[in-house]
Amino acid sequence: MTKIINFQTDPSQYKHWKVEYDGAVANLFMDVDEDGGLFDGYQLKLNSYDLGVDIELADVVQRMRFEHPEVKVVVMQSAKDKVFCAGANIRMLGGAAHSHKVNFCKFTNETRNTYEAALADSAQNYICAVKGACAGGGYELALACNHIMLTDDSASSVSLPEVPLLAVLPGTGGLTRVTDKRKVRRDLADVFCSVEEGVKGKRALTWRLVDEVIPNSKFDEAVVARAHEMAENSAKADVAKGINLTPLTREISEDAVIYSTVEVTLDRAGRRSTILIKGPTDAAPADMAAFEAMGDQSWMLRCARELDDAILHLRLNEMELGLMEFQTQGDPESVIAHEALMLNDPDHWLSNEVLKYWKRVLKRVDMTSRSLVATVEHGSCFAGPLAELLWSVDRSYMMLEEFDGDNRPMASLTLSAGNFDTYPMGNDLTRLQTRFLGTPEDVDTAQMRIGEALEAGDAEELGLVTYAYDDIDWEDEVRLFMEERASFSPDAMTGMEANLRFAGPETMETRIFGRLTAWQNWIFQRPNAVGEEGALQRYGTGVRGKYNMERV
Amino acid sequence: MDLINVSYDSQIPNNVGLSSDKKVLKALEKWHPGYINWWNDLIPQNFQDSMVYLRTAVSVDPKGWAKFDYVKMPDYRWGILLAPAVEGRTIPMGEHLGEPAWQEVPGEYRNMLKRLIVIQGDTEPGSVEQQRFLGLTAPSLYDMRNLFQVNVEEGRHLWAMVYLLQKYFGKDGREEADDMLVRSSGSDDSPRMLGAFNEETPDWLSFFMFTYFTDRDGKMQLESLAQSGFDPLSRTVRFMLTEEAHHMFVGETGVGRTIQATLDAMNKAGITDPYDIAKIRDLGVIDLPTIQKKLNLHYTLSLDLFGQEVSTNAANAFNYGIKGRYMEQRIDDDHKLQNDTYPVTSIKDGKILTEDVPALTAINMRLRDDYVRDASGGVGRWNKLIAKSGVQFEFKMPHEGFHRQIGVFSSVAVDPDGAIVSAEEWAKRQDEWLPTKEDGAFIQSLMKPCYEPGKYATWIAPPKVGIDNKPGDFEYVKLHMA
Repeated sequence: MTKIINFQTDPSQYKHWKVEYDGAVANLFMDVDEDGGLFDGYQLKLNSYDLGVDIELADVVQRMRFEHPEVKVVVMQSAKDKVFCAGANIRMLGGAAHSHKVNFCKFTNETRNTYEAALADSAQNYICAVKGACAGGGYELALACNHIMLTDDSASSVSLPEVPLLAVLPGTGGLTRVTDKRKVRRDLADVFCSVEEGVKGKRALTWRLVDEVIPNSKFDEAVVARAHEMAENSAKADVAKGINLTPLTREISEDAVIYSTVEVTLDRAGRRSTILIKGPTDAAPADMAAFEAMGDQSWMLRCARELDDAILHLRLNEMELGLMEFQTQGDPESVIAHEALMLNDPDHWLSNEVLKYWKRVLKRVDMTSRSLVATVEHGSCFAGPLAELLWSVDRSYMMLEEFDGDNRPMASLTLSAGNFDTYPMGNDLTRLQTRFLGTPEDVDTAQMRIGEALEAGDAEELGLVTYAYDDIDWEDEVRLFMEERASFSPDAMTGMEANLRFAGPETMETRIFGRLTAWQNWIFQRPNAVGEEGALQRYGTGVRGKYNMERV
Repeated sequence: MDLINVSYDSQIPNNVGLSSDKKVLKALEKWHPGYINWWNDLIPQNFQDSMVYLRTAVSVDPKGWAKFDYVKMPDYRWGILLAPAVEGRTIPMGEHLGEPAWQEVPGEYRNMLKRLIVIQGDTEPGSVEQQRFLGLTAPSLYDMRNLFQVNVEEGRHLWAMVYLLQKYFGKDGREEADDMLVRSSGSDDSPRMLGAFNEETPDWLSFFMFTYFTDRDGKMQLESLAQSGFDPLSRTVRFMLTEEAHHMFVGETGVGRTIQATLDAMNKAGITDPYDIAKIRDLGVIDLPTIQKKLNLHYTLSLDLFGQEVSTNAANAFNYGIKGRYMEQRIDDDHKLQNDTYPVTSIKDGKILTEDVPALTAINMRLRDDYVRDASGGVGRWNKLIAKSGVQFEFKMPHEGFHRQIGVFSSVAVDPDGAIVSAEEWAKRQDEWLPTKEDGAFIQSLMKPCYEPGKYATWIAPPKVGIDNKPGDFEYVKLHMA
C-alpha cells in the first residue's frame, strides 16, 4: 500500500454518507458508492464498507458533536432499497494484508465506540432503523447504536454470518455487544452466530437482538415518531449553533508531517517516529464565549485534532516505525490555563465536547500498537492533558537537573484536576488509577501536588515517570532503550505492551478490544481463514474453504 | 369439505407414503387449514363455487399422470408427487460430483437448501395472488379454465415446497412454511420475496406475458433445481416441470391468439400499417406496437429474476451440488468448473463489454443466457403469424440491458437496441418502449368478461384445439351464479 490513507475529510467530499438535519433529529443515510472504494480490486456492493467508508462515518460523528450540537437523536439508516448494510467488504478483506485488516478493525471499533459514547458524553443518541439485510459489520453498526428498530416485512433480518460464511469472527465488537450490551442469552447468541441468514421479526425482538419490531407499512412513520419522541425527552441541553471544524493545516513530506501544534518526524533507519507537541503560544481565551468565538482555532481543540490525525497517519501509513516517542515543548502553565478554562466551566457544551475529545484522543494513543515512550526534556510542557501521555506510554524518561549548554527551562511536569477524573481510559479508571492499581494511596499523594511544577526528582519519587537521568546518563540510556526496543520482535512487543497497558477492571470497551486482539487477530492469521484454501480467500469463488479440523 | 377430520391419504394424492409418515402428516394437518383459508380469501367466491374442468395430477406415470374432470377449486386434490426415484442416482455437479445423491439434507447445506426452497416456494402463491381478479374479466370460459388450471397448479407447487420444508427442515422449515401464507403479493408489510411477484397482473395480456416470460424463469430455476444432489428436491421439481409446461403453453398461445385477433381485424378492415394505432384500437383489438411494449416490460422484469450476473451464492449452490445448470447432463465439460471461464457482460467506461470470469461465479449469467434462447422460440412463432398475414411488423426481444433493475445494467440507461443513453434521454423516450398509463387503460377497456361457451372477446382469437380435445363450445367452467 503505497497510497497515503487520508483521515481528513468533510461533507463536501463524502461519497458514502449523507446527513439530513431535521431540528433536533439528524437522519444519517448510508449510501455507499460501489465504485468509491479506497483501493482497487473490489466493489462496495450492497452498502458494504471499507476503511474509506468508516473514515467518513468517523467524520460525521465528530462533526455531529462539534458542528451540530442542536442534534439530540441521530437515526442511522440505509438509503438503499432492500439492504441496510452487508458489512465489511469481503473482497477487500480477502485482498488486504494482515496489518491492514487489523488496523481497519481497530479504527472501525474506535468509531463504533465513538458514536456509542456520544450518548454518555453528550446525550447525543444514535438509534438505528433497519430495513433490509443487516449482516455482519452491518449489524455491528446497528449494535453500537443505542436503540435498534427492525422492520417486520418477513424478509429483513439481522445476522452475524462471519463464522459459517467466512470462518472469521465479527470484527467490530459484534459478539461482545451481543452478550454484554444487548445481553442476549449465550445459547441463543450461539444459534444466532451460527446461522448465515440471521434472525428476523418477532424472534429478533424476543432474543433481544433488536429493541422494536414494527410492521413494514408503519415503519418509516414509527422511526420518525420515535426519533422525535427521544429528542423531546433527551437530557441534552439546547445549543443553538455549533462551531465549524475547518481543514487542518498539515504538510506531509518524505520524513515529516507538520501541523500547527504537532510535528511528526520520521526516522526510518531507526524505525521510529517522534511526535512533538507544542504548547499554546497565546494566552487562554478569557472565557468559553471567547473560546467559542475562535471556532476551532483555540489551542486545546487544534492540538487534539492534530494529535488524533497524526496518530492515525502513523498507524496506517507508517507501519514499520515501531516506536513512537512523545515530546512536548512550551510553557506548562499556559497548558494548565487553557485546560482550566474548560475544567472551570464544565457545563458549557463546548468545554464538554473538547474535554471529551481529549479523552478519545488519549484512548487512541492507549490503543496504538506501537512501543510508546515519552521523553520529558527541558523546555517541555507535560501538564494537564499532555501529562496524560506520560501514563499512556510504556515508559517515560525525564531530564534530571541542569544539562550542560542547555538553557531551556528546567524539565517539569504539572498535574491538574483533569488528571484525576477527566480523561478515563477504556477501563473507566484514570491513567493514574490504573498506574497505581496496587497502591491507590499514591493517587491521593499525587493529587496533593496539583499545580506544582514537579521536577524530575519529585516526579520519579511520586512514580509519575519511569526514570530520571542527569546529563551524564541521559543520552546513553535513552539511546540504548530505543535501540533495544527497535530490535525486539514487533509481535512480541505488541502483545506484551497490550497486556501491560490495560490493568484493572474490564469494561465492554476493554473486552471488545481485548477479544478482538486475542481471537480475531489469531483467526486472521490461521490458514482456515486466510490460507490459499481458507474460507476468506475462497469466498466468492464458489469453492469452499478447506479446514484443518484440529482444535487448537 | 370437512376441515377438521381431513382424511389426508384420500385427500392428498401422494407417492411419498404420507399415511405412514406421522410426523409430516401432523405438520401438514397444522398447515392445511391456513392454506384453505388463504385460498378462500383469495379467489372471488363465485369462482370458488364454480365447477371447473381441471386436470389433477394423480400419479407420476408419464402415460397417465393426470385426469380431467369438473371440480370446485377448493376441493382440488393438491397432491404431493415426486418423480420416480432413479436407481443409483449420483450428484451431477460440483465438488461432490459422482457421490450418491443425498436422501437426507446434509447439515452443512441445510440453510442454503432451505433458502432456495423458500424462495422457489414463495413465487408459487405469489403468482396466484397477482392473478386473483382475472377471472372477473376472462375473455372466454376456455381462458378462465386455463387461468384456474395455472392457479391450482401453482398452489400444488406450493404444497410440494411446503412438503419438503416440513419433511426435511424441522422446526425452521415449518415456520418457513407458515410464512409462505403470511407474505402476500404487493403487501407493504410482508411482500413476496422477489420483485416481479409483487407487480400487479392487471389484465389478461399481462397474464399471458407473465406466463410466457416470468413462468419461464420459473421453469429455468426448476430445471436447475432438478439437478440437485438433494434427491427429494430433484424428484419433486422434475414432476413440477411436467405441469409448468402447460403454463408456458397458456402464455405462448394466449399472446399468439391476441396477435391473431389483431391481424384478422386489421385485414378485415383493410388496415396495413401496424402503426395506425388509433384505427386499430377502434377495432377492439390490441395494436402490435403496444404488444411489443408489453413484451419489453415482462421480458426485462423476468431477466431481473436471474439476479446478479456474477454471484457468490449461485457459485456456492453449484459447487455444493445443490443447484445445477440447465440440462446439466447434456453439457460436455467436467461439471466442476473450477478452472473454466464464462463470458459475462460488464460495463466499463460507459461501454458494454464482455469479459471472461470464473465459470463458477457466472452460473446465473449462464442460466439467463439459456433463458434468452428458450424465450426467443415463441417470439419467432409469433412473428410467423404476422408474416403469414402479410402485415409488415416483427417483434424484437429488447437488448438484455434495457430496463434493468438488477445486475450490471442497473446502473446505466440502455435503449432496446442496446445503446447506452443518458438517463434524461431514456426517461424522455420511455413511453415509446414501455406501456404507458394510456396503453394500460386501453387494454383495460377491452377486459370485458365473455362467459358464453364457445365465445371469445373481440381482442383474442379462439384456440386451434380445445383442452383435452374438447369441442369448441365445451363449457370449461360451469359458473356458479349466486
